[in-house]
Amino acid sequence: MADSLTISGYEAVIGLEVHAQLSTESKIFCGCRVEFGAPPNSLTCPVCLGLPGALPALNKKTVEYALRMILAIDGTVRLRSVFARKNYFYPDLPKGYQISQFDLPIGEGGEIAIPIPGEKRKKVIRLRRIHLEEDAGKSLHPESGEKFTRVDFNRCGVPLIEIVTEPDICSPQEAYAYLIKLKQILQFLGICTADMEKGHLRCDANISIRPIGLSKMGAKTEIKNLNSFKAVEKALAFEIEHQVQVLQSGGIIKQCTMLWDDKHQVAEPMRSKEESHDYRYFPEPDLVNLVVTEEWLNQVKATLPELPEIRAARFVRQYNIPEYDANVLTESRELADYYEKVMQNFGDGKAASNWIMTQLLKVINEEKAELENYHISPVMIAELLNFVQSGKISGKIAKDVFEEMVATSKTAGEIISSRGLTQISDDSLIREVIAKVLAENENNLKKYLSGKKQIFGHFVGQIMKETGGKANPGLVNKILQEKLDELAR
Amino acid sequence: MPITKDDILKIASLARLELSAGELEKIHKDLVQIISYIEQIQKVNTDGIMPSSQFIKAENVFREDIVKPSLPREKALSNAPDTDGEYFKVPKVL
Repeated sequence: MADSLTISGYEAVIGLEVHAQLSTESKIFCGCRVEFGAPPNSLTCPVCLGLPGALPALNKKTVEYALRMILAIDGTVRLRSVFARKNYFYPDLPKGYQISQFDLPIGEGGEIAIPIPGEKRKKVIRLRRIHLEEDAGKSLHPESGEKFTRVDFNRCGVPLIEIVTEPDICSPQEAYAYLIKLKQILQFLGICTADMEKGHLRCDANISIRPIGLSKMGAKTEIKNLNSFKAVEKALAFEIEHQVQVLQSGGIIKQCTMLWDDKHQVAEPMRSKEESHDYRYFPEPDLVNLVVTEEWLNQVKATLPELPEIRAARFVRQYNIPEYDANVLTESRELADYYEKVMQNFGDGKAASNWIMTQLLKVINEEKAELENYHISPVMIAELLNFVQSGKISGKIAKDVFEEMVATSKTAGEIISSRGLTQISDDSLIREVIAKVLAENENNLKKYLSGKKQIFGHFVGQIMKETGGKANPGLVNKILQEKLDELAR
Repeated sequence: MPITKDDILKIASLARLELSAGELEKIHKDLVQIISYIEQIQKVNTDGIMPSSQFIKAENVFREDIVKPSLPREKALSNAPDTDGEYFKVPKVL
């Protein structure tokens, strides 16, 4: 679809607003627990239900988390920020307003660099602002025939940061890359678990198109209800195509808000009544100003978790692995943590990264399992790799052992001893087998001695077969060569 | 610029308030007066004074991230006009 754009002579101008749920224990303005999937309306109190007289009190941790994000993306922290009321009526908003930030948000500016496919250079997406706000409740819309909407207020008051980009994104693919990067940063900072299925990240997109080369922006439409990264990519591609068609047939784009219908893969305009937003923001009188001192900021800076790029660079230095491996291993915080836990008990960085990237990730992907709390712990992987490194088992046998670990959750040590898989590194035993194999292959031996050196591999194969694959291949090669040289004399 | 009756009707509809003709008349009269009073205040010289939305000195009133017990659901639902015992029920939205 990006290609059809180039042909049609238009380019897309896209800005994204992402709501990220902060992973605090309690809500932003009250002590109710933040928990996904709890029984409906079991996590509410007078504050988050908006009962008369109840007053909000700001959860300090939400501010620290917002500060981490602003520092991580090189934004500017506003040292005095103000909460504001965003007024609108909807059944999932019991107070009749959402506490958010408006003209004085806690963070402004900053940038996130995204990879460009096939290029070493990165593209910078500038950020406009980051602010703190509360989530609304959840409406369960009626099945056909019912006259009621059901409302669950457990999510009401759950802390969010809203991260708004400048309109620097030019394609659905870039939007996708930005979201992947954003998710990675949030996870590494430990401020959002970014579980899409639990709605931890929600995205609205603003999009317009313009003839290539023109700097003036066209009228934009806003697409809401984008609950997965793929949905964002698809909805944007859909809307770009739609706008190009409208313009090419001589029409004009009307500014409007659309809802993405993921089931039918279409964006439909919302009814005008729903989009007639006039929020009448004003400063929240129930909350005092939020002041961030230099001291506080420095404290957050000093304890800022390592970001993906920095961690990858350290992996290259500390564990002596290629940049490619380091980038793969720092794609998620869980994976990076896993690798480092393996390396606490194992010495060869490259051997560990190979094993994790090929064997372990393959199984995780096949099983669609979560690496965190996976039944094969980093300690178990380290044990297996140590057996290979010390020569107790071969790399080939290690794969079988790993397969059994996956199936049974047993440790490598248990499997190796119960199946008698220990590699044969005993010279005399290997010599015996070599003698036996050579004796049984008299013809081949003659051919070898008369110059057909390629038969060497055949002998090795026979020896490995004879030992059930357990002979140490290095030793077999060495001793066999010595023996043949001896016979050739 | 004085506030018009149309402005008031728009605000009333955003606030989901229904005004009778008499109420509209009265509120319009009141608001014109209130706003003209505000206009007087706006003449005060505020050079060098930081804009503020608060008149108390307090800042940074926080709570720690500690979970407190929530209301039992029966209690949370007890003031609702309609429930099904688990959810608040409201007239169909979509």
